[in-house]
Amino acid sequence: MSGAYQRVKAARQQNRATSMYYINQIFDGFMEMHGDRRFSDDNAIVAGIAKLGGQPVTVIGIEKGVETEEKIRRNFGSAHPEGYRKALRQMKLAEKFRRPVVCLIDTSGAYPGIGAEERGQGQAIAENLMTMMGLKVPIISVLIGEGGSGGALALAVADRVWMLENAVYSVISPEGAASIVWKDAGKANEASDALKLTADDLYGFGIVERVFSEENGDFEKVSMALRAALTEEFHLLSQKTITELTRERYQRFRRMGGADQ
Amino acid sequence: MALLNKRLFKKPNIRLEGEAGDGETRQTEQDTLVSCSACGVSVPWKVMLSQDFVCPHCGALQTLSARDRMLWLCDADSFREIDKDLKPIDRLQFPGYAKKLEKTALESGEPEGVITGTGRISGRLCAFFFMNPDFIMGSMGAVVGEKITRLFEYAKKRRLPVIGYAVSGGARIQEGVFSLMQMAKTSGAVLRHSQAGLLYIVVLTHPTTGGVTASFAMEADIILAEPRALIGFAGPRVIEQTMRQQLPEGFQRAEFLLEKGFVDRIVPRNAQKKELYQLLRLHTREASL
Repeated sequence: MSGAYQRVKAARQQNRATSMYYINQIFDGFMEMHGDRRFSDDNAIVAGIAKLGGQPVTVIGIEKGVETEEKIRRNFGSAHPEGYRKALRQMKLAEKFRRPVVCLIDTSGAYPGIGAEERGQGQAIAENLMTMMGLKVPIISVLIGEGGSGGALALAVADRVWMLENAVYSVISPEGAASIVWKDAGKANEASDALKLTADDLYGFGIVERVFSEENGDFEKVSMALRAALTEEFHLLSQKTITELTRERYQRFRRMGGADQ
Repeated sequence: MALLNKRLFKKPNIRLEGEAGDGETRQTEQDTLVSCSACGVSVPWKVMLSQDFVCPHCGALQTLSARDRMLWLCDADSFREIDKDLKPIDRLQFPGYAKKLEKTALESGEPEGVITGTGRISGRLCAFFFMNPDFIMGSMGAVVGEKITRLFEYAKKRRLPVIGYAVSGGARIQEGVFSLMQMAKTSGAVLRHSQAGLLYIVVLTHPTTGGVTASFAMEADIILAEPRALIGFAGPRVIEQTMRQQLPEGFQRAEFLLEKGFVDRIVPRNAQKKELYQLLRLHTREASL
């Protein structure tokens, strides 16, 4: 097995800490807020308000669930449009009350189903991308496990994007890439290498600013490191004017993938 | 599914007036024959053009290349292409990608999956993008994202509306995460154009899916669609595999999206020029755009 495919396996591992674990470790007094005010409440995405140090922050996490029953309830962390719309609603409130936003990302992708399409999965993701690009408060997104395509990006248009050491971030799953490019889903191993989806690769490309050690699976330690880093980074980002913040956020993505003229 | 317009002969090369001096001589070959993608009958290209690329024999809607679409839509000789020489970079060194790019460029006669520029519709100046189904299914790699981003930035500076024709299989897998980032980048450019109070109209054509649907194709002020166009985020095959059931007839077609509230109007091809012109006029503040 290639090193990249090992990371994919690690990112998907059952006993890995999920968003709720980090939310409880990193923040104080998390109050969950439900629903998108349009259709329903998507349990694949958790959103609410908490404190980071003394500072109120909006926290949004894609949650895969831990026990089987919970995993089913959370649709294994594959969100429907209402999940992205719930997140967006909370982000707009964050903007109104001037608190920073933290997004924790762990998803194999946005859910590909009939209901999701009927309710505009593409439109929901697109609206998040555009709105986050102009949101007038700092946003930090952390990829804690799987970063599956548009469904992950829909919460990752941020001022800083960080990754855990074994997290992966890709335009498509290795299995999907192998089946489309080579008509053979069995070539996921090769596709993992080809897609350059590991934290090291993405750090090298400038797609993420920081990679956090997983401390050999001591997720309490990882949480402490994230807590310190978030506190420090939000302090730095809060010094910027709104114009600087949104301009630099656009420039951050504007640089990615130019062309050969 | 025969999505691509199979041509009998070489693609017609149409000379573009006022192209920045590339010194290349292009010849008009409007008599070139093209074959209908449905019935296979050969029809002169200029006849297809005059029939809005609907087959005069069987009535089937033909898939248009980006350049045919531009020639069909814009006033004669009005289109000025920008960034036409941007070429893709194989950043991931993805196995087989360099060769695929070379082959696709040769077959389609285009260096990438979108053409951008300014042109006129019944005299009204506009910025345009036309995606190219002949180029790796109109997939969005870094160049497609870059050209669309630059077009919106240019249109913002010049205070021009943008009209875009979308057709795409989604992200360009071979460009990995760089392809994914184009969704964010183009969304940022659309937002800035929009914040300047400028109009963006998109026409969704068959098929528009994946990362393009989940970014600039769904971010327009006005979303038009061609009849029967497949429009969605996940492709039908993926959904069928997930749901383990057959999809209902008409699912993810333009008419379905209209019913669900995600498309403003379905516009047959022969009415598009007129409707786009009307919409431009309805959004004009100054006497002359």
